[in-house]
Amino acid sequence: MFEDEEENIPAISQALNISLERQEYLRRERFGKISVRMTQILLLVLALVLWEIMADAKIIDPFITSQPSRIVKTIVQLYKEGVLFYHIGITCLETIVGFTLGTLLGTFLAVILWWSKFISKVAEPYLVILNSLPKIALGPVFLVWIGAGPASIIVMTLAISLIVTILEVLNGFWGIDQEKIKLVQTFGGNKFQVLTKVVLPASFPTIINALKINVGLSWVGVIVGEFLVSKAGLGYLIIYGGQVFKLDLVMTSVIILGVAAAIMYQGVVYLERLLVKNNDLKY
Amino acid sequence: MKAVEVHNISMKYQSLNGEITALKDIGFSVQDGEFVSIVGPSGCGKSTLLSIISGLLSPSSGTVWLSGEKVTGTSGKIGYMLQKDHLFNWRTIWQNVMLGLEIRKAVTQEAKERARILLKTYGLYEFKNRYPDQLSGGMRQRAALIRTLVTDPQILLLDEAFSALDYQTRLAVNDDIYSIIKKENRTAILVTHDISESISMADRIIVLSKRPGMVKNIHEIKLSCSNRTPLNCREAPEFRHYFQEIWKELDVHV
Ligand SMILES: Nc1ncnc2c1ncn2[C@@H]1O[C@H](COP(=O)(O)OP(=O)(O)OP(=O)(O)O)[C@@H](O)[C@H]1O
Ligand SMILES: [Mg+2]
Repeated sequence: MFEDEEENIPAISQALNISLERQEYLRRERFGKISVRMTQILLLVLALVLWEIMADAKIIDPFITSQPSRIVKTIVQLYKEGVLFYHIGITCLETIVGFTLGTLLGTFLAVILWWSKFISKVAEPYLVILNSLPKIALGPVFLVWIGAGPASIIVMTLAISLIVTILEVLNGFWGIDQEKIKLVQTFGGNKFQVLTKVVLPASFPTIINALKINVGLSWVGVIVGEFLVSKAGLGYLIIYGGQVFKLDLVMTSVIILGVAAAIMYQGVVYLERLLVKNNDLKY
Repeated sequence: MKAVEVHNISMKYQSLNGEITALKDIGFSVQDGEFVSIVGPSGCGKSTLLSIISGLLSPSSGTVWLSGEKVTGTSGKIGYMLQKDHLFNWRTIWQNVMLGLEIRKAVTQEAKERARILLKTYGLYEFKNRYPDQLSGGMRQRAALIRTLVTDPQILLLDEAFSALDYQTRLAVNDDIYSIIKKENRTAILVTHDISESISMADRIIVLSKRPGMVKNIHEIKLSCSNRTPLNCREAPEFRHYFQEIWKELDVHV
């Protein structure tokens, strides 16, 4: 992103005849940004080179730690076998389905709890207990109930993200200015109109925020699910690689996972910027 | 013709900690086209009274009639303005102005035309596609008033509708809104803490006692000023006299 600024700032400052001090300030800011980015890249390169050299020199055992060149080789091999994008695709799909479903279902359940004070009071202790339960413990249960397939994996991600979403969104609903609700009522609005005209639109930023949290939680759910189900996906590759002692495969999968998760998160951040433009939180 | 008739209204709020009597035996009436102001100490039940008149709240006892019709729920005759403008940040000014019509399912061509005319009259038409945070406080309050007026209410209830504004803007918005209400020949009930504001705008002032709120006194406001705008009337010779009398009645021991 800062590449554009790098080109634009001097052009703008010349065009607008910006003072020398300001030019100096902008130059220093830009320099600061560049040095941070350079150091980041340098560190990464350094780590990779060190890893490669130490493995070559047998200071560390590449059989156990793998090494960058082997990882590249593994990726190429997976690609040639035609399974690289299959595994990535499966894991990404499960994750996307997981966080989308988690957010939608969570919001829907939050609406029900908001609608009925009675139901929300009844549900409260259960939500508290479910929220504190380590949901991963339920993995084997889902496996038995639902069977070893993508459905189990999705349910696992839902188990992890749903309660958090409900609580988060419900809190957002309850935090809405009562006077805004009163405004809709003064026009004769009923409860459904209060929901659609105020509560949902005002909570939109909260819901997007829940979506962001769910992206991270869904990765956890999907990988744990794949560990248990072990048929396909990056989680499966990791478990399989570990079992047959192919650490190259394990490391490769972990790195691909990291990249995929980062890309997906950036995607959601981008989506947020697109959608929440005129809906900032200061209402 | 009486636009509003309030008869023997009492209101008790119940909670587990006990009950609060907010209003006791309130009775008064407002003529068509009249501008009435209600003043009273904080917590005496002014907002409660407006909510009851609007039908949002049903009183513990007593009845309200609007143009002879008994109030049982919210009515299209009433336009209610709250302390803050509560324009929705996710809607443009135009969409905000249409809110009441949408809720009442009354978005017709005539209604849209009325909205356009109101926006033009009060200098907001060029801003109709802007978002509220791009407008000044005074403009936002006017937009909120237009949102109320497009639903064509006969009776306006204003609950400290100007107190969120700074003094300068407030005087200007007072003038604006007063002229709008008079020009459109609406009935208005204004609740305020500001004695000067209430004298400058109202034909009659109802003073409530501290909680439980009861009608303590009703003042006819007759000011001798040539051009009856709230700002001009602050210069009227009788102004001070009314102010002192109401101030005493409000019994504010500082
Ligand atoms: N929903 C409620 N439940 C219980 N008590 C309430 C409720 N609403 C208001 N009250 C109480 O009733 C009394 C009158 O409240 P109200 O808001 O009508 O006063 P007010 O005259 O508008 O006050 P202010 O000048 O501060 O706006 C207050 O003592 C308040 O605490
Ligand atoms: Mg009040």
